[in-house]
Amino acid sequence: MAAIYSLFIINKSGGLIFYKDYGSSGRMDTNDSLRLASLWHSMHAISQQLSPVVGCSGIELLEADNFDLHCFQSLTGSKFFVVCEPGTQHMEGILKIIYELYTDYVLKNPFYEMEMPIRCELFDINLLQAIQKDRVALLGR
Amino acid sequence: MQFFGGSEISPSPPVPTGSGNHAHMMYVFNRNGVCLLYREWNRPLRTLNAQQDHKLMFGLLFSLKSFTAKMDPTSVEKMNLGVPQLPGQGCSFHSFRTNSYKLSFMETPSGIKIILVTHPKTGDLRESLKHIYNLYVEYVVKNPLYSPGTPIRCELFNTALDQYVKTV
Repeated sequence: MAAIYSLFIINKSGGLIFYKDYGSSGRMDTNDSLRLASLWHSMHAISQQLSPVVGCSGIELLEADNFDLHCFQSLTGSKFFVVCEPGTQHMEGILKIIYELYTDYVLKNPFYEMEMPIRCELFDINLLQAIQKDRVALLGR
Repeated sequence: MQFFGGSEISPSPPVPTGSGNHAHMMYVFNRNGVCLLYREWNRPLRTLNAQQDHKLMFGLLFSLKSFTAKMDPTSVEKMNLGVPQLPGQGCSFHSFRTNSYKLSFMETPSGIKIILVTHPKTGDLRESLKHIYNLYVEYVVKNPLYSPGTPIRCELFNTALDQYVKTV
């Protein structure tokens, strides 16, 4: 059982810098994930243009028939989004935790170049722990 | 003769509350992307002219549909990204929410798309969209003077719609 199907992180120009799959069925190759990421970036921007009131900051939650997509945009323009089962709660909290891990293990890594794909072992380890902790909490409920 | 002392025989429609109007605007598109109807109740911000706005909205919905069909984590067989899909084919979306509005979307088997933009705090509107579709069938499709594919100009439909949207 997977509460979270996948996680994407895209930089401020729409390039995919991190993608992790946690058990979605069907194959998604690298090109597909890159395309989906940049498509999401542009749809996020268009949704701000179509707002009927001022101060719109883009899509936060997309509800589809088979999944929910929660998106969090940081102040610097990076977007984090998770694909999860429909109706999953507390995803905002998990996105915040993932963002904290990103600031701690990616941005503070002196070898990391900004806006480039993330290859940090510590980030991977801690991310996996956070996701698993969430999964255990979900099963316990 | 009255049963149970009730004075009402037929159930009255829900009373519209004064401040209950959370809807901003509504679009109806046909399957070719022609905007059949655009209605607006409360829209302080306009960034584009009407035609550009409708085009952008239809484009966003088209892209979001192909995005969700490709993203669907439960299906094994997926089409390539960007391949046009028939109504009802592949995983579709029914709403998205931003910090300032919520957009609810419904597509009928004939490709009519109904879009309702409301306050972000409104709940699930899938049933309301079905009701609006029923209004469309009753007042537009059954109107002998309406030819399919042209913009909707039906006074009765507009009044029924305005009244119903107040209760959403």
